[in-house]
Amino acid sequence: MARITAGVATSHVPAIGAALDNGKAAEPYWQPVFAGYDASKKWIAEEKPDVVILVYNDHASAFSLSLIPTFAIGCAEEFKPADEGWGPRPVPTVKGHPELAWHLAESLILDEFDMTIVNEMDVDHGLTVPLSLMFGQPAEWPVKVIPLAVNVVQYPPPTGNRCYNLGKAIRKAVESFPEDLNVQVWGTGGMSHQLQGPPRRADQPRVRQRLPRPADRGSRRPGEGPPTSTTSARPAARASSSSCG
Amino acid sequence: MTEKPYHDIPGTVLFDAEQSRQGFHLNQFCMSLMKADNRAAFKADERAYLDKWPMTEGQKQAVLDRDWNGMIAQGGNIYFTSKIAATDGLSFQQIAAIMSGVTQPEYAEMMLKGGRSIEGNRSKKDPK
Repeated sequence: MARITAGVATSHVPAIGAALDNGKAAEPYWQPVFAGYDASKKWIAEEKPDVVILVYNDHASAFSLSLIPTFAIGCAEEFKPADEGWGPRPVPTVKGHPELAWHLAESLILDEFDMTIVNEMDVDHGLTVPLSLMFGQPAEWPVKVIPLAVNVVQYPPPTGNRCYNLGKAIRKAVESFPEDLNVQVWGTGGMSHQLQGPPRRADQPRVRQRLPRPADRGSRRPGEGPPTSTTSARPAARASSSSCG
Repeated sequence: MTEKPYHDIPGTVLFDAEQSRQGFHLNQFCMSLMKADNRAAFKADERAYLDKWPMTEGQKQAVLDRDWNGMIAQGGNIYFTSKIAATDGLSFQQIAAIMSGVTQPEYAEMMLKGGRSIEGNRSKKDPK
């Protein structure tokens, strides 16, 4: 039978992905972050999971306001990196595990979790940055991935209690899958996500800053400026730039 | 507008049903910037591109002005409006700084020191 052997929890700050993609990982600003993952990378190389169920959130990449699933499970053969405004991240296509994914979908729905089944979708930094952090920059990801997207775009997201119970149902589903698989469950996101608003007090004078208009700016690739965001956990941006997480 | 408990959080606009309905076309316009051809068309003539979308004049002007908080106030969602920033080649930290009313180095400094302070940010009723 398939078994869950470990869990991984990590940030997916998009700037981290951009630092890797733009060859900045060795810079002093970034080194502490990547050095902090060395032990985890060594550990996972020994664990060799077959499949990762990656619980993440989509950042208006696969889902717009046209369709807002609370829980979506990716059942496709593969998932391409999404173009989040800069062009897709230069990382390998993510390979799925349709047999286990469909088994999960069936089991979860019969357990009264109304999953949305997704057969075509791109995956954004929320899913690919954790893979980069754990596996570095391989030619192919050394693991099959089942994306499980949780809505955090539109209020209200599912309650913590609902997510906890979904986790228990995932375990039950995995353990009822006949094939012998080493399965990990990953979770990714930020504990705090205040991206806007006054940094200190509401009564600070508002400094309205104008940046040059796009026309004046030329076409700088993200990540070519000074390192920026480590920022708040997630919606930081992709690339030293971009959107959040 | 019905008063909700989360309206009390200083500086935070929660993307609820009301915001989502108001910002639908603005956010769908932002989604269109996920395609390179659309980004090129937008950059070539922003006004003409925006006019293809049934957005309010206020929303269009906020986009033209890159008034990020103005977009949020009119139903924009950061996950969507950040695609405009990406199209401009701006880092997320740059727009987060603008939205917070500080310079980017100041914002970076705040993050390196542990992030935005909770003091004064729990409730609009907190003493100044």
